[in-house]
Amino acid sequence: MTPTLRICHLYPDLLNLYGDRGNIIVLTTRARRRGIAVSVVEVGLGDAIAPDGADLYFIGGGEDRQQRIASADLLRLKRGPLAEAAAGGAVVLAVCGGYQLVGRFYRPAEGEDLPGLALLDVWSEHAGPNTPRLIGNLVIQPDGDAPVMVGFENHGGRTYLGPGARPLGRVVSGFGNNGRDGWEGAVSGHVYGTYLHGPLLPKNPAFADRLIREALARRQPEIVLAPLADALEARAREAVLSRVRRPQSA
Amino acid sequence: MPSSRGNRHETTGRGDGIDVRLSAAIALAKTTATLSRALRRGGGTTMPGRVARAIEPRVVGLLSRRLPLGTVVIAGTNGKTTTAHLLAHIMRALGHRPVHNRAGANLAAGIASALVEHADLLGRPRGDLGIFEVDEATVPRVVAGLAPRVAVFLNLFRDQLDRYGEIDYIAGRWREAGAGLSPDLVAVANADDPLVVDAVRALPGRLVTFGLEDERYARPVVEHTAEARYCYRCGGAYDYAVTYFGHMGRYRCPTCGVARPAPDLVARDLTLFGPDGAEFTIDAGAGGAARTRTVLPGLYNVYNVLAAVAAALQLGAPLDRAAAAVASFAPAFGRAERATVDGREVRLLLVKNPAGFNEVLRSVLAEGPLPVVLIAINDLTADGRDVSWLWDVDAEMLAGRVGRVLVTGIRAEDMALRLEYAGVPAEAIEVEHGYDAALRRALALATSGRLYVLPTYTAMLALRGVLQRWGAVKGFWET
Repeated sequence: MTPTLRICHLYPDLLNLYGDRGNIIVLTTRARRRGIAVSVVEVGLGDAIAPDGADLYFIGGGEDRQQRIASADLLRLKRGPLAEAAAGGAVVLAVCGGYQLVGRFYRPAEGEDLPGLALLDVWSEHAGPNTPRLIGNLVIQPDGDAPVMVGFENHGGRTYLGPGARPLGRVVSGFGNNGRDGWEGAVSGHVYGTYLHGPLLPKNPAFADRLIREALARRQPEIVLAPLADALEARAREAVLSRVRRPQSA
Repeated sequence: MPSSRGNRHETTGRGDGIDVRLSAAIALAKTTATLSRALRRGGGTTMPGRVARAIEPRVVGLLSRRLPLGTVVIAGTNGKTTTAHLLAHIMRALGHRPVHNRAGANLAAGIASALVEHADLLGRPRGDLGIFEVDEATVPRVVAGLAPRVAVFLNLFRDQLDRYGEIDYIAGRWREAGAGLSPDLVAVANADDPLVVDAVRALPGRLVTFGLEDERYARPVVEHTAEARYCYRCGGAYDYAVTYFGHMGRYRCPTCGVARPAPDLVARDLTLFGPDGAEFTIDAGAGGAARTRTVLPGLYNVYNVLAAVAAALQLGAPLDRAAAAVASFAPAFGRAERATVDGREVRLLLVKNPAGFNEVLRSVLAEGPLPVVLIAINDLTADGRDVSWLWDVDAEMLAGRVGRVLVTGIRAEDMALRLEYAGVPAEAIEVEHGYDAALRRALALATSGRLYVLPTYTAMLALRGVLQRWGAVKGFWET
C-alpha cells in the first residue's frame, strides 16, 4: 500500500503572511519525491475538524486583525480536536502568529489576556506601543547535532517558555522568542512553534524531513525517507549565513 | 533638529518681499545637486531636498503653493511611478509644465528636491503643476505640507513587511491623512480594491473612483495573493462576483452590506496584447468615452492608466485628449522600460511583491514559451530584507514554459530554490551573481530576440547601471 501523508492547513486564506504556503509546498514535494502520497486539506473559518483527520497540522501567521478572527474560531471549533490530535502524536507546526495562538495566552498592551490553544507551555505579550518589532535574519542551533536552522523573523510580540516546553533552539544570530533569553521557538511532544519564517521549511530540509517522519511514524512506523540532493537548499542556506556574517554588504 | 530651529527664527530671514531663508535653502540645495552629479554620487534625488529642508523646513509647502494648478499626490503599493509619469505625460501634451519627483524618490526629501530643482532662486516655480508619487507610509506627513488638490490612491498590497509593517497600518495612515487635507480635495481611488475604498472613505472632499468592467479578463477564483478575503468593517467573508488579480474585483460583504462603489471611470472592451500592452475604452459615463491604447502591459497597468486619466480629468483635461496622450506614452525607468543591446531588445519589468510579480509573469508568458528569463532578487532595505514573499509568487507559471531561468542578485539562491519547488528543472536554473555576466549570458540565450528582465528595486538599479554603461539606457537623473 502506498504510504500517505495527510496535511491539514489551517486558515490558508487568513494566516498566510510570510510565504507560509511555501511550507506546504515543501512538505508535499519532499514526501512525493519519496513515493509518499500526500493529501492537503485546507480548513477555514467555521469548518469543523476531526482529531484523527490528519498527520500534520500547519498554522501560519497573520496581521493582528486576522489573528483575532482566527483566534476566536480556533477556540470555538478547533481547540478540542487539535488537543486530541496532538496528544495522539500528530505533528503540529505553528509559525509566527500561529506560534502565539498555540501558546497558553497572549497578553495585549491593554485589556485582558487572550486565551490560546495551550498546545505549548508558552505565553506571549505585546511589548508596548513604542517597543520595536524584532525583525531580521535569524539563525538558531537546535538541540543535539541537528544542522542550524535559518530564516527571517518579524514579530512585535515577545514569547516566553513555561516549564512544560523546551526551546526549539538557541539563537546564533537574531532575536528569537523575546530578544532577551537567547531561546527561539518551543517544542512539546510533536508540537512545534517558531518565529522562523522565510518560509521555514524550504531552507531547512532536515527539519522538514523530521516533521514528515514524525507525522508518518504513528501509522507507518516502517517508513524510511531516502535522502534528496538538496543542492539548491544548501546554497540558499549558505546565502542566509553569509548575509548574517556581512549584514550590510550588497 | 532643523525643524525646531526653523520655528524659533520664524520671522527672521525675510525682508522686502524676498524670503531670504527660502532663497538660501534653494541656493544651497541646487549647489548640492550640482556637486552630487559632478561627484557621480547618482542623480542627487534626495540630498538637495534634505539640505533645503534643513534650512527651511517649510520648503515643500512654500514652493508647492506657488504652483498655479496645484499639486497631485499619488500613493499605493504598486504603480506609483508609472501613474505619475503617465499623468505628467498627459498634462505635458496639454501644454502644461509639471514638476515631478524622480522615480522612487518619494519621501519628503525627494519631493523637496524636485520642487527646488524646478524653482529659481527667488522661489518662483518653473512649472505650473506638481505631480508627486508619495511613499504609502509617509502619506499623512507629506500631504500636510503639500496641501494637494488631487490625491490618487492606487492599491494596497503586502510589500516589504519588514519596513512598513502590516497593511492595516498603511490603511490607518491613509485614514489619518484626512486631518491634513483640504475640504476641496478630490480623492481619486481604485473602486476595485476594498482596502483602498475603506481607507479613503472618510477623507474630506469629493471621492472619484475608477475600476475595471470586463469579465472576460476575470480570474476563475480569487488568487491566494488577495489581501482582502474578509470585510474590513465586520470581519465577514467578502463575496467576489468578479476578481481580476489579487483582491481587485467586484466585491460585496453579505454580512454588513459594504460593496464596491459604482466607479465614475471604467475601462471596458479590453484587449490585452500580452507583454506589448493593451487597448480599451475609458468610459466616464455622462462625461463621454474614449478608446485608448498603451504599450504598458497587464491589467495592473490598465488600472494605472485609469488612475492617471481620472486625475487628469480633475485637472480639467478633456477625456479624448487625455486618452490620446496615453497612446504616446513610453515607459521609463525599469517599469516596462525597453532597451536595445546588440540588436536584442531588453525589457525591464520591476517586481516588488507577489501580486505584481504574478501579473508580470502572466504578461510575459502570454505569447507562449520563452527561451530565457532573467530574475534578479536583492534583499536590501529598498527591496525588503525579507524574501519570504517569493513563495507567494506563482512561480509554477514558469514550469515547462521557459527554457532557462537566469537568476542573479544577493538572494539569487532563494529564487533558484523557489523555482525548483515550482517545477522548473534544476538544470534549467542558472545562478550567476555578477550583474554584467548574468545580463550577457541571458542575452546570449535570448534567441527570440527579446529578453525579459524581472528585478527587485535595487537589482533594477544595478542592472540599469550595466545597461547604462553599455549605452543602452539613459542615466536615471535624465528620465
